[in-house]
Amino acid sequence: MLRRELATIGLALLTALVAGSVLILVVGESPLVVYQLLLKSTWGTRYGIGQVLFKTTPLVLTGLSVAVAFKVGLFNIGAQGQLVAGSFVTALAGAYLPPGTPGPVAVVLCVGAGMVAGGLVGALPGLLKARYGAHEVINTIMLNFIVSALVLWAGNSLFFVAYTTHTKTVIASSHLHHLGFEGSAANTSLFFALVLAALVHLFLTRTRHGFEWRAVGFGQRAAENAGVSLKGAFIGAMALSGALAGAAGANYVLGYKHYFERDIGSGVGFMGIAVALLGRNHPAGIVASALLFATLAHGGLEVSELVPKELVEILQAVIILAVAAASAYSMRRRVRAGVD
Amino acid sequence: MSDLIDSLLSLTFLAQVLRITMPYALAAMGGSVSERSGVTNIALEGIMLMGAFAAAAGAYDSGGAISVSLSYGMAAGIATAALYALVVVTFKADQIVAGVAINMLAYGITPYLLKMFYNSSSNSPVIEGLGGNIFANPVFWLAVLLVPVVHVVIAYTRWGLRVRAVGDHPEAADTLGVSVDGVRWQAVLCSGALAGLGGAWLSLSGSGFVAGMSAGRGYIALAAVIMGSWRPLWACAACLLFGFAEAIQVTLQTFDIGIPNELVQTFPYVLTMITLAGFIGRSRAPAAIGRPYEPD
Repeated sequence: MLRRELATIGLALLTALVAGSVLILVVGESPLVVYQLLLKSTWGTRYGIGQVLFKTTPLVLTGLSVAVAFKVGLFNIGAQGQLVAGSFVTALAGAYLPPGTPGPVAVVLCVGAGMVAGGLVGALPGLLKARYGAHEVINTIMLNFIVSALVLWAGNSLFFVAYTTHTKTVIASSHLHHLGFEGSAANTSLFFALVLAALVHLFLTRTRHGFEWRAVGFGQRAAENAGVSLKGAFIGAMALSGALAGAAGANYVLGYKHYFERDIGSGVGFMGIAVALLGRNHPAGIVASALLFATLAHGGLEVSELVPKELVEILQAVIILAVAAASAYSMRRRVRAGVD
Repeated sequence: MSDLIDSLLSLTFLAQVLRITMPYALAAMGGSVSERSGVTNIALEGIMLMGAFAAAAGAYDSGGAISVSLSYGMAAGIATAALYALVVVTFKADQIVAGVAINMLAYGITPYLLKMFYNSSSNSPVIEGLGGNIFANPVFWLAVLLVPVVHVVIAYTRWGLRVRAVGDHPEAADTLGVSVDGVRWQAVLCSGALAGLGGAWLSLSGSGFVAGMSAGRGYIALAAVIMGSWRPLWACAACLLFGFAEAIQVTLQTFDIGIPNELVQTFPYVLTMITLAGFIGRSRAPAAIGRPYEPD
């Protein structure tokens, strides 16, 4: 089981490496030079490591978000919108709390508010799926557009500082500590994301609801016959999924910018899909693949003098395609061989 | 207010509606063909984007020859669809996952190519497109003609019957000697050609390619397919509704009627969600949709 998963992952990474080399060659650069620079500028300096860790945090959260929806057999492509809603509400909560609020209380309130906002944005397509059978893939994508427009409208008409596209600064006590790393933005929300990953794992494997959700993912009809409420599972899983993506505001708002800014965390929601797939929907795998994609994302910026930074997006897509094809192929071979 | 009503009743407005509807309709026709064969086609979005880029590149290369641009757009659509078919029909990967990846690929590769060829990260050089008056444009009438053609092909031809058979009951089709994967490949390529053409329309009806210009249209086209119960004619009718909504949105932006622009812009997306919730219960999907065919 584990060996097959590792083979799938290895094959996907190899495909990405080859595809990346081709893309680097067509713009007239040497893959060796680019890959070397990419590694050196990420894992070669303390600042680079810090930036990778900073970018790992939201990817763990959006990766978990996509994975939780996967467990009930749903596909959440709305992590982007949920992240934006969560970050916006986190920033508003932080800006309008009384300045004297003690740090821990402020952080919990801000992150909690962001998770509720993300959870609501996630729960809506879950509800539409449960109540009307409406396609959650299309609805979550539509919500990405709708949420960013709504946030822009609310910001422009009420909350943005005049002549800017960002909100007021959050109160000082809600700021998260930096982890050092020579001024990089890495902050304590990384630990929060890791704890959430462990909690989600425990919830899915050790609680009744978690078991029911996974049962729905394995077979809706069987689960329903066993007395599981499909509607409850759809809405619950999508709400949790949205809340996890909404928690990413902690990293950007409380840990780095200290305000919400238009286009915050852009692309991170979609990257969560790749993170979850490559991590095979397992928390440990998600953390590992979040580290990998964070490395690519930061390294991609560092080599953008040589290669367009969209290289990273292309490689993400290649990895998803390769994982999806390889895992379907090996599953088929196993079924043919009569293993299960 | 009466100015607004006047402008909504004008011929210019009708032309606007049709211009906006066309890419939706082309993509939705492609979507119905592929989905009737049992292959969900979330990848429409990426196929359109690739088509839009290639058509602009074609127009630039040929100095504005529409036939060259359209063939570039179609070819790019077919090539993207071929990659999708390889992954989902041949390797039988999850169709939603692979479709989303194809879209990410298109969103990544088009700016990459923009930088490579035109040294810009956001748009292609300005090209000569289809021109202002679409009624005087043969491409428009050609596209309109495609609507009944696709309907007849799916509903009344032998190939159309095969497409529907592999989408509804692949086991039965296989028993009768129809190659399930073969027909699905053809259907996906066909949807690539149509959606690629839809993408070409996007960049040619403006002044060139802009990064990310499909802006969710592939997904909205897919919603139209669902609303139209997977029948091409009805899917086109649904696209007309979306085209109408978007044209109203564009018109409203020029008239200040007290609704903020940011909210007006969400109109097509909100409409999509509402219609999906209202229609889906009443329409019936091809029985084997989304399910790779595994012969025993």
